[in-house]
Amino acid sequence: MKAAIGNASRQVPLLLTALVVLVPLYFMVVNSLKTNDAFIASPMALPKHLSFRAYTEAVQGRSIGQLFLNSAVISVISVALATTFGALAAFALAKLRFRGREAFFRVMLPLMVIPPIALLVPQFKLMSAAGLVNHRVSVIVIYTGLMLPFTIYLLRNFFVSFPDELLDAAALDGCSTFTALRHVVLPVSQPALLTAAIVNFVFAWNELLIALVFLQSEGSRTLVVGLTVFRSRFSLDVPELMAGLTIATAPVLLIYLFGQRYLVRGLLAGSTK
Amino acid sequence: MPTVKRSTDRGRRRTLTPYFFLAPAAVTLLVVFAYPLVQLLLQSITSPGILGQSEHGLQNFRSVLGDPLLHRAMANNARLFLAVPVMTAFAVLLAALLHERVAGWRFYRSIVFVPYVLAIPVVGIVFSYILQLHGLLNQFLGMLHLSGLAKDWLGDSSLAIWSIWLVIVWQQLGFGVVLFLARLSSLDPALIEAAMVDRADWWRRFRHIVVPHLAPVIEFFVTLSLINMLSWVFNYVYVMTNGGPVNSTYVTELVIYQDAFRNGLPNLAAAVSVLLLVFATVLLSVQAVVRRRIERMEA
Repeated sequence: MKAAIGNASRQVPLLLTALVVLVPLYFMVVNSLKTNDAFIASPMALPKHLSFRAYTEAVQGRSIGQLFLNSAVISVISVALATTFGALAAFALAKLRFRGREAFFRVMLPLMVIPPIALLVPQFKLMSAAGLVNHRVSVIVIYTGLMLPFTIYLLRNFFVSFPDELLDAAALDGCSTFTALRHVVLPVSQPALLTAAIVNFVFAWNELLIALVFLQSEGSRTLVVGLTVFRSRFSLDVPELMAGLTIATAPVLLIYLFGQRYLVRGLLAGSTK
Repeated sequence: MPTVKRSTDRGRRRTLTPYFFLAPAAVTLLVVFAYPLVQLLLQSITSPGILGQSEHGLQNFRSVLGDPLLHRAMANNARLFLAVPVMTAFAVLLAALLHERVAGWRFYRSIVFVPYVLAIPVVGIVFSYILQLHGLLNQFLGMLHLSGLAKDWLGDSSLAIWSIWLVIVWQQLGFGVVLFLARLSSLDPALIEAAMVDRADWWRRFRHIVVPHLAPVIEFFVTLSLINMLSWVFNYVYVMTNGGPVNSTYVTELVIYQDAFRNGLPNLAAAVSVLLLVFATVLLSVQAVVRRRIERMEA
């Protein structure tokens, strides 16, 4: 009896929390599968028959496809750049000896907490002087920069524990430092590289502020910006908006589903230092 | 701790190699952080004077500090600070429950973290449908015969900031839970068992074993959350209320955004940005002090 009460007093708060977390997601997905009439009739009920009209209309009529593509291009390229630049720098910080090494690494942590909005005006001026506003390049450069402190921090802490003897052996075999990084260190660093890439991808895919400011032409917008800006146009057709939101959420949820370990580990990284 | 020179450092000839490795990242960081930071500081002390000449001084700071809208915005950031203790307490409790390996704990852990990986604009749009006058929440209250509690959650100027407050807690709670749970995995089970033998009840075990073990990560989570409430809440506000109704949900970031990109006052925006950076730095320094104290307690 006592055990049963103890068990219930543990399950009830957890169940309630799970419910509160899931209801908004249920609302989004369920209503994306309804007709507009069915949504107005009852926003909480399961659809009587599934309707994919909202999805086809969102993709065909509202150019969600183009927005999705823009998001994908921007996210993938900035993640690739940040991982490459980050790995090179992190390797130097972990395994090479040079002046300013400690100072460079120590700057990474404070850079991670700089509010992105604070530097937006000067960044905008710089990009417009370079003629890059409304070009995806501007956002790719800024995203790469914002990802680098975290990426360098994470990878450097991983590379530090790589055995020096192996690097010495590679050097004796005539490997250049770069070859040693590419063929000796990186192959065994996949978990760390994947962690950095996944965390950064989720950041880029979800980002609003920078994309909103730098990409003002319709053709260059990302999916998250497009949905935010066009929201009022959807107001008469909520299922279509919910379909758009579900499409925007799907990649991130899939990553969470299949790469949960990496994503969570990455997001928690730095919490114990 | 003094850094110990490790004898295992690559002891090669001094070459330029390290700098080649560093260059791509360093150049990007210069473009994205260093140059804008210098420009920001310069712009914050520059104001357009008469006859097209610019003047230097603290003029911008004087005018933004006297701006009632900024006062209101900062007061709202302070209100959001109040979410931090609530969120932390909830997260610690949930983590402690999950740590006892209750049935389905893995499932709960996965679910509770989901909001944290969603895009804030997506969350904001979904919640604006849930919280509107004829939205889901009020319908639900009606079903419970509590229609009297139904409110225009985002349309009432005395409520809107608190509704945003709740949405932020909804999204960020899971990060705390997973963070604390990860830390608890390093808690020695023998300690709990010894406490059980001594017949310490759940609350006493929680207070005297679980919470002290979590202290360093609680400190990290609180600092991170405070910084978030100060300088990473733009997306929530922009999507859900855009500062309204009647400017009641302005936050500091929105003042910067409006001044810079809507009102054509980039110099004032720069001054507010500098203030924001100063506040963030103060928070970080406070954390450093607290950390030293915790470390001394542990020693």
